[in-house]
Amino acid sequence: MRLVLEKRERRLKRMSLLIPLFSFILSLLIGAIVLAASKADPIQAYVAMAKGAFGNARRFQYTLVEALPLLICGLSVGIAFRLRFWNIGAEGQFVWGAIGVTWVIQFWTFLPDPLLLPAGILVGMIAGALWAGIPGVLKAYWAVDETLTTLMLNYVAIGVAEYLYIKAWKAPKGILGTPEFPEFTQLSQVWGKVHSGVFIALALVVVLWFLLYKTTWGFELNMIGKNPVAARYQGVSIEKSIVIALLISGAIAGLAGSLNTVAITHRLTRGVNAGYGFTGIIIAWMSNLNPFASIIVAIVMASLTTGADALQIAMKLPESMGAVLQGLVLIPLLAGSVFHDYHLKLIREEE
Amino acid sequence: METRERIPVVSMQHITKHFPGVLANDDVSLELYAGEVLALLGENGAGKSTLMNMLVGLYRPDSGSISIRGEVQHIRSPQDSMALGIGMVHQEFMLVGNMSVLENIILGLKDLPVVPDVATIRKKITELSDTYGLQVDPDAIIHNLSVGEQQRVEILKLVYRGAEILILDEPTAVLTPGESRDLNRIIKKMLSQGKSAIFITHKMDEVIEFSHKVQVLRRGKSVNVIDTASVTPRDLANMMVGRDVLFTLDRCAFNPGEPRLRLSHVSVENPLGSRPYLNDISLSIRRGEILGIAGVAGNGQTQLTEVITGLLKASEGSIEIDGKNVTKCTPLQIIQTGVSHIPADRGAMGVVGDMSVGDNLAMKKYRTHELSTGPVVKRSRLRLFADKLIQSFIIKTPNQDTAVKFLSGGNIQKTILAREIDSCGGILIAVYPSRGLDVGATEAVRQNLIAQRDAGSAVLLVSEELDELQMVADTIAVLFEGRIMGIRKVSETNTEELGMMMAGVGGDA
Repeated sequence: MRLVLEKRERRLKRMSLLIPLFSFILSLLIGAIVLAASKADPIQAYVAMAKGAFGNARRFQYTLVEALPLLICGLSVGIAFRLRFWNIGAEGQFVWGAIGVTWVIQFWTFLPDPLLLPAGILVGMIAGALWAGIPGVLKAYWAVDETLTTLMLNYVAIGVAEYLYIKAWKAPKGILGTPEFPEFTQLSQVWGKVHSGVFIALALVVVLWFLLYKTTWGFELNMIGKNPVAARYQGVSIEKSIVIALLISGAIAGLAGSLNTVAITHRLTRGVNAGYGFTGIIIAWMSNLNPFASIIVAIVMASLTTGADALQIAMKLPESMGAVLQGLVLIPLLAGSVFHDYHLKLIREEE
Repeated sequence: METRERIPVVSMQHITKHFPGVLANDDVSLELYAGEVLALLGENGAGKSTLMNMLVGLYRPDSGSISIRGEVQHIRSPQDSMALGIGMVHQEFMLVGNMSVLENIILGLKDLPVVPDVATIRKKITELSDTYGLQVDPDAIIHNLSVGEQQRVEILKLVYRGAEILILDEPTAVLTPGESRDLNRIIKKMLSQGKSAIFITHKMDEVIEFSHKVQVLRRGKSVNVIDTASVTPRDLANMMVGRDVLFTLDRCAFNPGEPRLRLSHVSVENPLGSRPYLNDISLSIRRGEILGIAGVAGNGQTQLTEVITGLLKASEGSIEIDGKNVTKCTPLQIIQTGVSHIPADRGAMGVVGDMSVGDNLAMKKYRTHELSTGPVVKRSRLRLFADKLIQSFIIKTPNQDTAVKFLSGGNIQKTILAREIDSCGGILIAVYPSRGLDVGATEAVRQNLIAQRDAGSAVLLVSEELDELQMVADTIAVLFEGRIMGIRKVSETNTEELGMMMAGVGGDA
């Protein structure tokens, strides 16, 4: 007897729910082995993590705050991924969002006060869009591999940010980083730690869902992603579509960066490249590029981070255990995606 | 009758094979004797390729047995079948383009020493090549060879490995009439050496020309096995489809109107090759005319259709539609002037396999007010539109939400046909529209093209089959190495003249 993969006759709707669910359970089981190997009781550890992420209102608020940039970055890369454009540069576009908003708030003092915040966010989005537009144009018109360009541009963006907050824009005294933003440019808090960026993120989910599933533009992205040659034969301009999608993708990552800056750090400083752009890739994958599903996935991924903090305090485990558990979520999920199109079949040998 | 007492070299008994949702072979038995050519005839999806793939170990039967020279064998891989002397020439050649014939032949040989004795191998190749009249230069580079020559390399590869039983999957699909005759000659030589062959085809003439016996498959079942000498093409066609097939198509008299599409001295450079893709092409297509483009694949057909549809830019010359110069227009602008395009490779260019039948039908019109309001696609209108096309073009699909990749080749082609004809503004470019389709679907495709012509459209039909062009087209232009060898009225030419021009001989050039 042997096991073979056999192609499914058609995709099953319920699989898009079952596969992530089973993958998640499987990754918890593998995580349990890792935890046991580190001499920690897995059940106790998971309970500690759950409590750390959702245990009380304050904990849950922390998780939500953590989830917001993940969600927005997930939406950002999700758009590029629809075109099979592997934008792994959301991190750099996020950083440019932070730089853009800081530039406006620190230097555009000629603007009336109430305009400073919206102008800052807008400029942050434009900065992110332009940063993503570079690899977009390179790919569309000269077929330059986007995985390399988007990845490398991350380090350039981070370098620019470091130069700014360590040297050029550094506050004359006090901690490392630019001067703190004036109060009226900081995002208000609506529920404990949760800031009003949550409304922007939710609005973005709805808008993107509409654009991707209901408009001719979404229809074209779908065609290009699934068969670019056929799309070209139907008169769709692939080059233009790639550039536009990348500008939007980058603008959204820039939005995440500028929101985080005006809501959390209130200045450009160390830690601006916190890895949200990279984790956004996982969010996009796990949500199957669906904006609504991204909300849940972002909260789950954020809870792994906030839960890991609790793990460190309650179980005296190293901080990196959180990263290990996050990584473990991805592996069964990527491996499991094969079951969208295939199922296992047991074959008996005839001899 | 002597053959009846001999042991068959291949005997497949009661073979059944299921695929998800399809019974590909249903209790099929097949026998092949030494020195014989068996033609396996059937429509697409009749189960011919499946049956042969089990013989070469690519699939394994659900039930039934395979005996080679009287002994039951379990063939698990192409290596197993090769060890038994069975080799298959697939439709898509498995050759490495930038390597030599010799290198391709020894590639993958198991018992090859680390440093091969090239001189001995070359000698053996030359000997085999002479024995069978294959005429292959061992040191030629594959991509410099014609399709016919490449096919001979494939055959040589099998013979070199000691194949006694050759399976040829639609071998003439890519050949000129002359090359087909060469192939026939080569096969005859092999038979005289005691080899045998199975020949997969759905062309009746070839069955008559090549084979001793013919086995007809229909919907996975074996319908009949008969001596070729005792049947006519019409009998075979009836067995194949199970009903009478029309060999002539009704059409209005040829009465062309003013030209709709005109190409003047169009050339397209080939940045990689020595000769241009297209070289000084001038032609025009009028209302109510089907212009056929004949030629062996790879002589510029793809580039000709792409330059018309704006996918490729002409390096010289001009293209006019209704007197307006469209040489520099984008593909979308060309579509908007009324040009429809049925591309050569339906899976790769014609449809998005992972999208639904409905969405695929809407791929020309989603951006028009018929299916959308401003930037918003109106799903309800799209659904009605798709259902209407599915009905009028008789597309067999569970429903319009099924991903198009799950349909059969014929129904995928009907989906493309429906979309392109529905959106057609009077100029239709059809490239190999009936390639790989069964008799029923082919007939539907041809009738649709003629209906378009009768309704006053200008149709460009690219085909590899002269029969098809002579049956469907009004005028035929022959392409050879990117040039037009000549343009003839169908009524004023014959297969011989066209065949010569396809091989680069004669014509006006």
